[in-house]
Amino acid sequence: MSDHAYNFAYLDEQTKRMIRRAILKGIAVPGYQVPFASREMPMPYGWGTGGVQVTAACLTPEDVLKVIDQGADDTTNAVSIRAFFARTAGVATTEATDQASVIQTRHRIPEAALTEGQILVYQVPIPEPLRFLEPRESETRRMHALEDYGLMHVKLYEDIARHGEIATSYAYPVKVEGRYVMDPSPIPKFDNPKLGGMAAIQLFGAGREQRIYALPPYCDVVSLDFEDHPFVASKADHACDLCGSEVSYLDEVIADDRGSRMFCCSDTDYCAGRRAAGHRGRLSPEEVA
Amino acid sequence: MSQDQVLTGGFAAPPQEAARAFRAALEAMARPGRVQVLTGTEPPEPLSVAAGTLLLTLCDTTTPVHLAPSHDSAAVRGWIAFHCGAPVVSAAEAAFAVGTWDALQPVSRFAIGTADYPDRSATLIVETEGMAPPNAVLRGPGIECSHPARLPEIAAFVANRAGFPLGFDCYFCAGSEVIGLPRSTLVEAL
Repeated sequence: MSDHAYNFAYLDEQTKRMIRRAILKGIAVPGYQVPFASREMPMPYGWGTGGVQVTAACLTPEDVLKVIDQGADDTTNAVSIRAFFARTAGVATTEATDQASVIQTRHRIPEAALTEGQILVYQVPIPEPLRFLEPRESETRRMHALEDYGLMHVKLYEDIARHGEIATSYAYPVKVEGRYVMDPSPIPKFDNPKLGGMAAIQLFGAGREQRIYALPPYCDVVSLDFEDHPFVASKADHACDLCGSEVSYLDEVIADDRGSRMFCCSDTDYCAGRRAAGHRGRLSPEEVA
Repeated sequence: MSQDQVLTGGFAAPPQEAARAFRAALEAMARPGRVQVLTGTEPPEPLSVAAGTLLLTLCDTTTPVHLAPSHDSAAVRGWIAFHCGAPVVSAAEAAFAVGTWDALQPVSRFAIGTADYPDRSATLIVETEGMAPPNAVLRGPGIECSHPARLPEIAAFVANRAGFPLGFDCYFCAGSEVIGLPRSTLVEAL
């Protein structure tokens, strides 16, 4: 039951129209950051206000919403955003990736391949990939206009000169459809190969920075690299200690005060699904009573 | 023009119906050439249901609308004024434009954005006869391999793609059906 003190999905209709127009222009120019008039939301900047506004503009009463934070469905940010839309839009919520029609995410792409009919909404802190190289908005805008991305390659080159490899491990810059360099939000570079050719629509919302951008389905997305230092999607060199998966992205968790550690899938739905199917890892008991 | 025609025909439940309409419009623009269904409004002739629904979903007092001669009637102006409040303007100032393809000519009048702000471009809502038979093949973002589509012509969309990332974006409407054609789509004659 939605809370009738609010309009459907919290935002007023004129705000939603403004956001919807920005989303459509973002889809039409993949990777370009469309300015929008971000609203104050009942949560602080940095807690996903951009993603929440994009989700609010997309939700229909029939949608099933999943929210993840670093892959997990049960963290504070994910739980509170899910509760927010259950209350203000009355939509059904789920933790199962394949049951969801709209998935709002902070810093991960689900392990399971997404399908047509799904929308993935990213929460973005700093949408401008050139921002740490050039602080002036007027200059970065001009650099995008002129396709002047040499500075980004210099940055990656300096990584190699200093560390022997490209040390950027998250928010790894990509080039979209051979035109715009885009920040994929702080997803691990392990997730970068999933950005391109995805069947689902990908929308990116940055609330504080007031930008929306998008990737249509089956989009051409290339992680920037060099011929002699090709892009590598890396992960921790372990198997999940709970479900035994050797292909999923892992979190390292400190298990006690004596320095023991464990690795487990950051995608909680993927990990739980594998354990339900009987897969076991180093630290999970064979049979759960 | 009767008062009834102007005052009726909007969304019955605007937040929910506009949300469903936007999702269809989003799918249309994100998957060029694939037919979506847009319903919820009953606009006055000659506006199609899909075109009327797009206007009520996307337009308001902040979006200047251009009415091509085919659609510039007192009934349409009154309906848009009451339901959207959108100012009706000349082609060059328009964020949205409505009409048949012939009536919208020359399309070079419409905003294509600037190098710094390619989003400051017009969206054309084009009324067509129907979605078949296909006369074009579409490729590009949103399309896995290729997709057939019925377009009013080919050359204008080839030229529009050549200017990417600048350009206008189109919706083609027939009855309650709609397809999208963003500037990013490569168009070839079938």
